[in-house]
Amino acid sequence: MTSATPFLRTRKARAWIWQGVACLVFLAIVLWLAGNARENMAARNITFGFDFLQRVAGFDIPFHLLPWANTDTYGYALLVCLVNTLLCAAMSIVLASALGLLIALMRLSGNPLAAAISRAVMEIVRNTPQLVQIFFIYVAVLQSLPPPRASIVFGGGFFLNVRGLLLPAPSLDARVVLLGVLALGLAVVGWFGRSPGRIAGVILGPLLVLAWLVGAGLSADWELPALHGFNFTGGLRIPPELLALWLGISIYTAAFISEIIRAAILAISHGQTEASLSLGLTRGQAMYLVILPQALRILIPPLTSQYLNIIKSTTLGAAIAYPDILQIFGRTVLNQSGRAVEVMTLLLGVFLSINLVTSALMNRWNRKLMLQGR
Amino acid sequence: MTATLRALFGTKTNAALTLVMLGLLYLLVPPFVEWALVHATWDGLSRKTCAPDGACWAFVRARFALFIYGRYPVEERWRVDLVLAVMVLLSVGALFAPRGRGWCLGLLLSVVPVGGGLMLFGGVFGLPHVDSSDWGGLMLNIVITFISVALSLPLGVALAFGRQSELPVVRWGSIGFIEGWRGSPLLAVLFMGLIMLPMFLPNGVTVDNLVRAIVVLTLFESAYMAETVRGGLQGVPKGQTEAALALGMHANIAKVLVVLPQAMRLAIPGIINIVVDLFKDTTLVSIVGLFDLMGVINQSLKDPNWLGLADEGYTFAVLVFFVMCLVISLAGQLLERRYGKGNRR
Repeated sequence: MTSATPFLRTRKARAWIWQGVACLVFLAIVLWLAGNARENMAARNITFGFDFLQRVAGFDIPFHLLPWANTDTYGYALLVCLVNTLLCAAMSIVLASALGLLIALMRLSGNPLAAAISRAVMEIVRNTPQLVQIFFIYVAVLQSLPPPRASIVFGGGFFLNVRGLLLPAPSLDARVVLLGVLALGLAVVGWFGRSPGRIAGVILGPLLVLAWLVGAGLSADWELPALHGFNFTGGLRIPPELLALWLGISIYTAAFISEIIRAAILAISHGQTEASLSLGLTRGQAMYLVILPQALRILIPPLTSQYLNIIKSTTLGAAIAYPDILQIFGRTVLNQSGRAVEVMTLLLGVFLSINLVTSALMNRWNRKLMLQGR
Repeated sequence: MTATLRALFGTKTNAALTLVMLGLLYLLVPPFVEWALVHATWDGLSRKTCAPDGACWAFVRARFALFIYGRYPVEERWRVDLVLAVMVLLSVGALFAPRGRGWCLGLLLSVVPVGGGLMLFGGVFGLPHVDSSDWGGLMLNIVITFISVALSLPLGVALAFGRQSELPVVRWGSIGFIEGWRGSPLLAVLFMGLIMLPMFLPNGVTVDNLVRAIVVLTLFESAYMAETVRGGLQGVPKGQTEAALALGMHANIAKVLVVLPQAMRLAIPGIINIVVDLFKDTTLVSIVGLFDLMGVINQSLKDPNWLGLADEGYTFAVLVFFVMCLVISLAGQLLERRYGKGNRR
């Protein structure tokens, strides 16, 4: 059935024909959709193009890290709210990892009470929608806090009221900031770099950043928030929207991360500990040199997808009007400019690129930690 | 008893941990019980009749029907009950019946979507028409979950095979589809479905809001289903395919009859997780203008008679979702145990 078969009936030819047909169908659908879009846009007098990004926005962004005035452009608004999104994502990744580790350690502690409590918390959090939790924190907890004049005082310049959480604001010397960037850079190199003492880098990098944080904290001038009349001035303010989104995402993801960490530690056979101890390593060395590197290897792929979930979850901010990229760019800018196709393309493009970059970085790190010569 | 005591207070750290935990429980549990049960008010017509320091469950009781059915007309609600009851019975049958599971599954995937849709929409057999904008509450969450799972499962299987295909167009098409959906936030694509779909349809063609949400959720979940099924496919030993081919089976038939059933068995835990996630994610439709349980609760909180009862409303939502997700998870574990028998050594 090799040479006698006519060309069109060979497997290869049929495969190509089917693929060609699939391509044509796909192309036809795309053309049909594009044609509809062009007709609809023509009917509404809209042209396609990204020139609207240079137009003046004219709206306020209630919370922003980068400077913002309503005379700035739509394009700059995209950057400002992207930074807001990334801020919330970064804060959530840190808190969710810490909480997840705490819950996992509680469950592994061997203390039945601690294990039962952490198990109960995890099951409740995992089996209820993230949106319900965020609304709960935002509406039921944060919006029923007292007004600024009756703030809850934590001491040390920390206040909590219906307008959010107030913290002391540091004013830093430029040289100290530079040192911080250096420490962060070294930490990143330690984590992702090709250093021979890789595990040392993984542990020392965060220590370096921590040391900088302590040093900078001691050297900075702290400006405390103070009550003037009906409101606070000075200090940093975390608005309730960010607080709710941050806590909501962190608690929800922590429940999943705790399971991942627990599974990773349990997956390392006890024989590994016993073998290292019998070779004369101390318990600390066994943990640091034998167990931890292996647990990290199992941990990283599922942890990556949780971090990606966190980044995607920040869009839930649109439900409580946190000025994230979906709320400001996907809603306000879209409604004002009417550029649905362009805005949505940019929005999804941003998320796709964040996802690709994060998973590429994590994959790289994963490959570094993978067992060599398998 | 002594073993428990030793586990709790054996070492200094353990004793400290136990004390901290007991302190936490003491701080949290008694006030909650007092609020939720001891000082709670169960009857009443407005917030004013409720005790100030207890939960006002009268609110949830007064709104209970709304939370379950949304604005579905009162005299037609038996239709919802009937459809949900048939759905649950057939699901239980499809999973656990001693015989006839295939029949149950077939009915569940063919008669229930069509017949259930006709029942709920009405307009036939003398049933009054109920517009989908009147559907709401928990019923909407359940209906959306059911339809999306039923549609995304076959689509996911097809995509999983597509991703493993030797044909480059099929393979790269599947990879692009899967990674594109997995890289996008659900809320953003729901928005897109809401805003952009009219742009891409011929002028004058409109699609029901509910249908849009279901289409977006189905496509979104099918990408996750595909990855889970792919995991299952990769878990089936290659010898199975080779043995089937050696017996003279066509490669495609071997895939469907030999590899897929084994892969699905391996994929059960993952699929159950996706169903639970999807059920939780259906609350997002409340942000794009549908009145599911979350939307109805948020709307009820603005009722002047019941202002400021967010604690009660959200506690109810947490309870409902917790119980239902737990039931799905438990059913999944039973299923896993039943079908995992062959793999146990």
